[in-house]
Amino acid sequence: MKDYALMMIGAALVNNVILARFLGLCSFMGVTTRIDAAAGMGLATTFVITVSSMADWAVQHYLLAPYGLGFLRTVTFILVIASAVQFTELTVRKVSPPLFQMLGIYLPLITTNCAVLGVALLLVEGRMNFMTSTLFAFASSVGYSLVMVIFAGQRERLAVAAVPRLFAGPPIGFIVASLLAMAFMGFSGISTG
Amino acid sequence: MSNNAYTRIVRDGLWDNNGVFSMLLGMCPTMAMTTSATNGFGMGLATAAVMAASSLLVATFRNHISQEVRIPVFILIVATMVTLVDLAMNAWMHELYKVLGLFIPLIVSNCLPLARLEAFAAKAPIVPAFVDGLCMGLGFTIALTAIGAVREIIGSGTLFADASLLLGPSFKFMELRLLPASMGVLMMILPPGGFLVTGLMVVGKRLLDLRAGKEIQMAGAHGIA
Repeated sequence: MKDYALMMIGAALVNNVILARFLGLCSFMGVTTRIDAAAGMGLATTFVITVSSMADWAVQHYLLAPYGLGFLRTVTFILVIASAVQFTELTVRKVSPPLFQMLGIYLPLITTNCAVLGVALLLVEGRMNFMTSTLFAFASSVGYSLVMVIFAGQRERLAVAAVPRLFAGPPIGFIVASLLAMAFMGFSGISTG
Repeated sequence: MSNNAYTRIVRDGLWDNNGVFSMLLGMCPTMAMTTSATNGFGMGLATAAVMAASSLLVATFRNHISQEVRIPVFILIVATMVTLVDLAMNAWMHELYKVLGLFIPLIVSNCLPLARLEAFAAKAPIVPAFVDGLCMGLGFTIALTAIGAVREIIGSGTLFADASLLLGPSFKFMELRLLPASMGVLMMILPPGGFLVTGLMVVGKRLLDLRAGKEIQMAGAHGIA
């Protein structure tokens, strides 16, 4: 139990998907102009990462590994992810129409979010069992959502700040993200202590 | 197509509409693989190979790919090219392959190849599409090498360290030590340095464009205001 908790904290905070592993930066810069949009994107991505990691784990262990098809991994995983996104879209539309209204435009974009493929590939590299890999995927995506919301909060303040014209837009965003990454480096002490 | 049109494509790809500094696409490898100039160079070349090959394929089959399913088809073509590059690098450039690791398969979900396929290769004849893919890829390589060089010089005081190990013995001449090792600022090699250097280099490109009397692009391809 303690191992699981430490692993999850490590995946969410210490090796944060965005700030330490540099995955999913397109959505990190693209949809963090408002907090509610960032939270919605985080929620949808959390769902997709968890579901597609479970599916990718099954594909890897029951299809690719036994038949020696490792070289097809990239192609199959991206197909699994695209289907998982489609499945998420259908489920959300059926279960909660208001949530679907809110997430609508962001859902298809998740296919090309490299955090999804990145986490799936990390799981294969780490040779984790089903339980560990599902928890790892979930914790990673919670870390992703957390950073999305924090950064969106900062950018809402940034929108009213007087930024020099040359720095306006993405560059000041990168510099703020750099400070945020520095702050998150403080978590790296947790894994050893 | 006239010579002029090709000059335009090359200029756009390499500088004017540079994938990293102007369109802000493909940010993940840009930050993650620029801890040294050599890594950035290798990552850039792998991406350029994928982009040139997939642009060529998409342009060849552009009349057979129907509008409704074009995005999945593009993704599958890119994924196939990435698998080829992945296997080729594993076989012939194994040291570099180990360094780039996860980010070779992740070229699939890099927005830059997909954006160029959608915006250019899907509507262009074969040769211009190939030239566009290649030049956009080389522009990406230049950007990654430049960011990598800045981070490496400030972070560890070297330039193109390990080039002979990663790219082959004939690149030995590129390895330089510009500053003593004790002057290295570790922060530049770590994640915050990636964000900082990229942000400042986007500003640098805007400054140069402004000097040249061009309109500066305020937003990236994502339309960030």
